[in-house]
Amino acid sequence: MSELTSTFSVLAQLAALTAGLFLLTAFGMVAMRQVLASLNLFVWQSVFLAASAFLLGIQHASIHLYAVAAITLVTKTVLIPWLLRRTISQEIYARREISQVLNIPSSLLISVALAIFAYFVSTPLLGVSGEPLVKLNLPIGIAGLLLGAYVVMVRREAVPQVIGILSMENGAFFAGVAIAPDLPLIAELAAAFDVLIIALVMGLLTRRIHERVGTTAVGQMASLKEE
Amino acid sequence: MANRIIFNVIQVLAVMALSPLVKGVLNRLKEIIQSKRGPSIFQPYRDLWKLFHKDEVISEQSSWIFRVTPYVVFVTPIFVALLIPVLTGYPLFFAFMGDMLGGGFILALGGFFATLAAVDTANPYGPMGASRTRMVGFLAEPVFMIVFFTVSFVAGSTIPYIVQKHWVTPLANFFEPSHVLLMLAFFMLIIAEAGRIPVDNPSGHFELAMIDESKGLEYSGRGAALMKWGGSMKFFVLLCIFLNVLVAPWGLARGETLGEVLWAIPLVLVKIFIFILILAAVESSFAKLRLFRITEFLGAAFITSVGAMIIRLLEM
Repeated sequence: MSELTSTFSVLAQLAALTAGLFLLTAFGMVAMRQVLASLNLFVWQSVFLAASAFLLGIQHASIHLYAVAAITLVTKTVLIPWLLRRTISQEIYARREISQVLNIPSSLLISVALAIFAYFVSTPLLGVSGEPLVKLNLPIGIAGLLLGAYVVMVRREAVPQVIGILSMENGAFFAGVAIAPDLPLIAELAAAFDVLIIALVMGLLTRRIHERVGTTAVGQMASLKEE
Repeated sequence: MANRIIFNVIQVLAVMALSPLVKGVLNRLKEIIQSKRGPSIFQPYRDLWKLFHKDEVISEQSSWIFRVTPYVVFVTPIFVALLIPVLTGYPLFFAFMGDMLGGGFILALGGFFATLAAVDTANPYGPMGASRTRMVGFLAEPVFMIVFFTVSFVAGSTIPYIVQKHWVTPLANFFEPSHVLLMLAFFMLIIAEAGRIPVDNPSGHFELAMIDESKGLEYSGRGAALMKWGGSMKFFVLLCIFLNVLVAPWGLARGETLGEVLWAIPLVLVKIFIFILILAAVESSFAKLRLFRITEFLGAAFITSVGAMIIRLLEM
């Protein structure tokens, strides 16, 4: 293990560091109580995603990955937060605390279990590629995916659920960029715009729900169920 | 050999002499951030001087624990200072007497006696603070354990002098994700252990909201001075473990001459000053957490340390 780390260059270590911080923001999204704070964490996560793509771009000397980094930076740290802020009414941000199905300490323990699970799931896949960066990024990407899904599951508010879906997408992207650095640019572009449209549609939908029903607490939908 | 014993003693003297200064600078910085002038940075020394010259009042109802505790609280950080790198980058005479786990035990012994003494006088605020400190303590314990075991696994040793070399040779190791996450987790741990602001307000005067301070309310005169001095030495020792072992083992003496060891003192102080700047900024930008939110704060620290562990252990 020690020989491997000593052959790591500073660049690879920085890529690993962004991966670590990416995982930390994914954990943070589970732990956050405020809507605005989880949106800010999403922005940070996207910044780390872009940084990781940029560092991988230097590593592979690939112009595609620079483009991916730029697209991520523009769509996910500027456009999507702006869209969410615009389409979703202020009332949701004013409310301080998001209600959750489980309390935060137990959510955190479950999310640790999920992260470890992600490592075990990705172990058989790691044999395919010998690159150290893939070994690092793939499990963290999968962990980001699982933690995003967990956020969607456990929150009872529409807006944090939207943020959860977006962070799932971030996780998938994070793993994808590492596995397939030569993905055609058109695919990346399509994915980026897809996410943008998804965010817009979901934002408009939540706004509509809020206008009609007066709340976006989807947890209350359980009362619609017939016994 | 005689050299190393002398350096070890110098190390302890430096911890004793400089720890109130660190408190003073930190308090002054926080006051400046709040756009006040604040007391002089030498105020903690004056407080100690004043307290040593005052009469001591001890309740008749209290037992020997109450009388012994100030000495235990005062002595335990000194023992830890013998074990950890404060000024030198190479092991000193007592370095192999105990590892980081041993240091943790010794610090915990001081905390244990302080808790017992708080309960001893039956002052209503003491036991309350004691039980709260225990709550923070047992939540901080798993974080400490995971940080400690990850660090010693990575370095292959539990002796702090050996651990500190690993992270900076080569320099790329410094940016290892597990290292950065461990630093973050340990920083949160220091905030919790030293009772700084998101967890506890050290300058608060409202007994019901106190966590750490209310344990020492019953002490006066020499006892209070020793408790205060011991508390600031504990803080200094924690900073030394954090800075010299985990974050930045630069600036420590390499050679075995007296001059180099003495020159390390200002360098270590500069490092601590930079750390205190960051700590003051953190303390001024957060509000104190409600008592039951501390679980979440330390839960976040736990997650950070576990993240560091799984990145390190499951990566390969």
